[in-house]
Formats: sequence, structure tokens, C-alpha cells
Amino acid sequence: MKKKVTSRQRSEFIWGWLFILPTMLGLIVLNLYPMVDTIKQSFYKTGDFGKGNVFVGLKNYQKVFGDSEVWQCLWNTVKYAIVEVPLSLVIALLLAVLLNKKLKGRDAFRTIFFLPMVVAPAAIAMVWKWLYNSNFGLINNVFHIKVNWISDPNIAIYSIAAIGIWSVIGYNMVLFLAGLQEVPRDYYEAASLDGANGWQQLINITVPLISPTIFFVLVTRIIGAMQVFDLIYMMIDLNNPAWKKTESLVFLFYKYSFEQSKKGYGATVIVVLLVLILILTIFQLIGQKKWVHYE
Amino acid sequence: MKKSLGNIIIYIVLIFVSITMLVPFAWMFLTAFKTTAETMQIDPFVIVPKVWQTQNFGNVIKAMDFVRLYANTLSMVALRILFAILTATLSGYAFARLEFKGKNFMFALVLLQMMIPVQLFIIPQYVMVSKLHMTNSVFGLVFPGIVTAFGTFLLRQAYMQLPRDLEEAARLDGCNIPQTFLYVMSPLTKSAMVALGIFTAVFAYKDLMWPMIVCPDNRATTLASALAKMNGQYQQKYPELMMAALISCVPMIVIYIIFQKQFIEGIATSGGKL
Repeated sequence: MKKKVTSRQRSEFIWGWLFILPTMLGLIVLNLYPMVDTIKQSFYKTGDFGKGNVFVGLKNYQKVFGDSEVWQCLWNTVKYAIVEVPLSLVIALLLAVLLNKKLKGRDAFRTIFFLPMVVAPAAIAMVWKWLYNSNFGLINNVFHIKVNWISDPNIAIYSIAAIGIWSVIGYNMVLFLAGLQEVPRDYYEAASLDGANGWQQLINITVPLISPTIFFVLVTRIIGAMQVFDLIYMMIDLNNPAWKKTESLVFLFYKYSFEQSKKGYGATVIVVLLVLILILTIFQLIGQKKWVHYE
Repeated sequence: MKKSLGNIIIYIVLIFVSITMLVPFAWMFLTAFKTTAETMQIDPFVIVPKVWQTQNFGNVIKAMDFVRLYANTLSMVALRILFAILTATLSGYAFARLEFKGKNFMFALVLLQMMIPVQLFIIPQYVMVSKLHMTNSVFGLVFPGIVTAFGTFLLRQAYMQLPRDLEEAARLDGCNIPQTFLYVMSPLTKSAMVALGIFTAVFAYKDLMWPMIVCPDNRATTLASALAKMNGQYQQKYPELMMAALISCVPMIVIYIIFQKQFIEGIATSGGKL
């Protein structure tokens, strides 16, 4: 038996496709095709001037896994993420809890904490490079210390991660505040009557109740941190002794693809990062069952 | 008593964090009006410039042609907002409220692009722009932002939250689908459009890698990418560097402070993508 197509169904079909057409065409040309093409390029060696690209199979991947620079960049990226993500989350959560109370000046604090989010990382990095300056920087001169914040290979990546934290806590905090608004006040009142102090309330009520928000921020922050580029690109120049210990994977991708025109190898590096991010995300999706409570 | 002591501690923490957030901006501002000699002096360490070097402003604007950089950045931001809102409201509505064959598959494609790191698109995007001979142009800057998977998702959420009855009523009154969309439904998603607009603007203004690649020319590029260039060229001239940073971020900060509620809510609802 054939189903009769009503005129309403037909018009939904036509208008539905017309409405999504611009977006879908754009996504296919601008994202879907590029994605497939990048993956394809990772199996090619970029030809020199005038010569076509040469298919090399898995050679780029073999080279990536044997390339000590790639491993160093991966390690630098991981170090950055390990510092930036947990600290920015914890600080932001604590600030969100403090600001979730009826306080005078609450909005002013929120505005100030969020401020770095509307400033280009390029400008932020320039200011911090100046603050970190070993001889004339504000930090060393105010505290009368002599630390080579961004030229000591052992600490440079952490100094950069500190800027990452500074930049993003306001943003994380706003997301947490939105989550906290959903937590019913009487939970806390009941807990206070039972004698729970602020810390116990935080651990036993707040964290479990906003665990979906925490999980969301965690996943997106890890993805963001694994793609760190702007801050490092701006902070570290070629003659900085900490260069090798701060270069990130995306930085390496940029260097190969656009500074050295080795697009095939650059594509391989970024595909490796994609796979890495996917694996990390899948692990978190599995792990969330243990600690994220949905209503 | 105990409560007020607790409040004092909370305020101390909040004020300490506020200072940490504001000092870099204050230092940028103060340095921007110093002489280079003042920035290289540590005994005594100069906090406030002795004479405010206001000519730094004019020098830097001329040296990097900031008027041009602002025009480029603004054109890029305005066009990206326009395209994003136009395409995302249409597709967001269709995905939320219309039933048609192939919808779920197409929406899966939208979700897929949202999860892929942008660097994966950049090489072919750049090759396309250069094949069109459009590097160093506003078109090049706008190119990757003509459509938005994320905006589609955001607008779809907004349309899904609207009550079904509205649409039924419009239909009974004889509205066809485009009329229902245009006159009944889309006016109700204004706040989602504002959120998408703010998100698009902030994202485009902050982006560094794409403008560096597609518009390497000083006269065609954006503020962020010009700062990266200056950063390499000016090395130790911190007053100039800080003045450039100041010029490129003050307008954004002013707009943010005026529309802070929309900014913060817009970014909170568009969550996680910056």
C-alpha cells in the first residue's frame, strides 16, 4: 500500500531542503571536502615547485612516529594541558561558588574575571611577554626575583600555561555559574541544618549536581588545550632557548604546512592530533559514567 | 559575626583575583605611554610614566596603518555575522521544525564538523582561496566563516524550545512555511541570533592562524595577525608594542562593558566552543 503524500509533507520536503541548502553546500565545500582532502594529503609527499604530489602510503605516519620533534611537541602540548585544564577548572569552580551568593558587586567581579575572553590572545600574549621579561618585567621587579619565565626551557611551558589559565577562568566560571543556577537552594539549607560546612557542601552537593556542566567544560577545555597555538606562537621566537620545549603540535602543523610548504607532513601531524583528541574524548565519555550524574 | 568574617574572606579572595585579572591591562596601558628608556630602567623601577608620551599613539597608528587593520577586521566580522545568522537561522529552523527525507543524515554531518578541530580544514581552505586568487582580501578572511555548523546547532536548539502551538496557529491562519518562519518563528529567536552574532564576532576577532595564512600582507590583514607581525619586528620596543596591543583591544573592551550581559550570556549559551 502506497502512503499518500499530503501537500503539507511535500512542501515541508521542498522548503526543508531549500532552507538547509546554503548551510549544507557550504559545509561540504568548506569543511567536509577539506577534511577528506587533509586526510588524503597525509598519504602524500608534497611535490616541489611544479611537480605533483607523490603518493607515499604510510611513510608520513612512519616518519611521524619516529620523529623526535613530534614526540617532543606532543609532550609539550600534554604538559600545557595537564596544567591549564585542571587548574582553570578548579579555580573557576571555586570562584563560581563564591559568586553564586548574594554579594555586593557580584556583577562587577563577573565582568572583570571574564574580561580576557574578549581580548585577542595575540594582544594578551604580548602583554604577558612583557610582564615576564627577565630584566625589566613587572613580575621580576615587583617580587625582586630573577626568573627566566619564558626562556628557561624547564619552566617556559608552565609560564605559558599560567597565561592560558588566566585567560580562561572567567569563561569556565560563567559556564559553571549557569550550571549552579539550576541547583535548588533548599539542598544547601537542608545541608546547613545537618551541620555540613561550606567545603562539605561543595564536595557533596555542588560538584555532583553540576557534574554534567563540569564534564562538558572538561571535555571542551581538553580539546581546546590540545590545540594550543596562539600563545606559544606569540611568546616564543626562534632564538628563544626554550623553543624546543614549548612548541606545540598545532604549532608544528603550522610550521610544516605554511612556513616550510610540507603540506603532506603537516596534514599527517594534524590527523594524528585529531585521532588523539578523539581517543581522549572517547575515554572521557566512558569514564563519565563513574562520576557524572544526570537528573 | 561568623557570617561577616566569612564574607570578608570571600571579598579578599575576589579582590585578589580581580587585581590579578586587571594588572596586565593596567601595565599594558601604562607602558603604552612610556619612553623606551623608561621601560628599560629598573633602579628606580618606573611604574607611571613621568611624561605621558601621547605621541606613541599617532606613531603606532601610522607605522602599522591601524585604520586599515580596523577596516579589514570590521568588514570580516560584519560579513561573518551576516552570513552566519542568515544561513544558520534557515537551517536551524528546518532541522528543528520541518520533517523531510535525509534530514537526520544531514544533521549528523553538521554534528560531525562541530567535533573536528578547525586545523583539519585549513590547508585545503587555503589552497581554495589561493586558486581563486583571493589571498590578501576580505573575501579570504571571511571564507571559512560563510556557514557555521555550530550556529546551525545553536539556532536549532532555540527553535526547538518554541511551543508547537504557535506554528499550528500560524498554519491555521493560512501562513505557508516561509511565512511562518519569517513572521512567526524567527522573531522569537532573537536572543539566540544575538548570541551567535557575539560568538562569531569574538571568535573572528581573536583568530590568529587563518588571517596570518590567508592575508600575510600588512595592509590586508586583521588586528590579531598584525600584532603577531609587530611582535616579531619591534622586539624590545615595548611602548610601541603595548600601544599596538592597547589600540587593538580597547574598542572590544568598551563594547564588552556596554553589552556585558549579552556578551556573557551569549557566550555562556554558545558554550565551550571558544
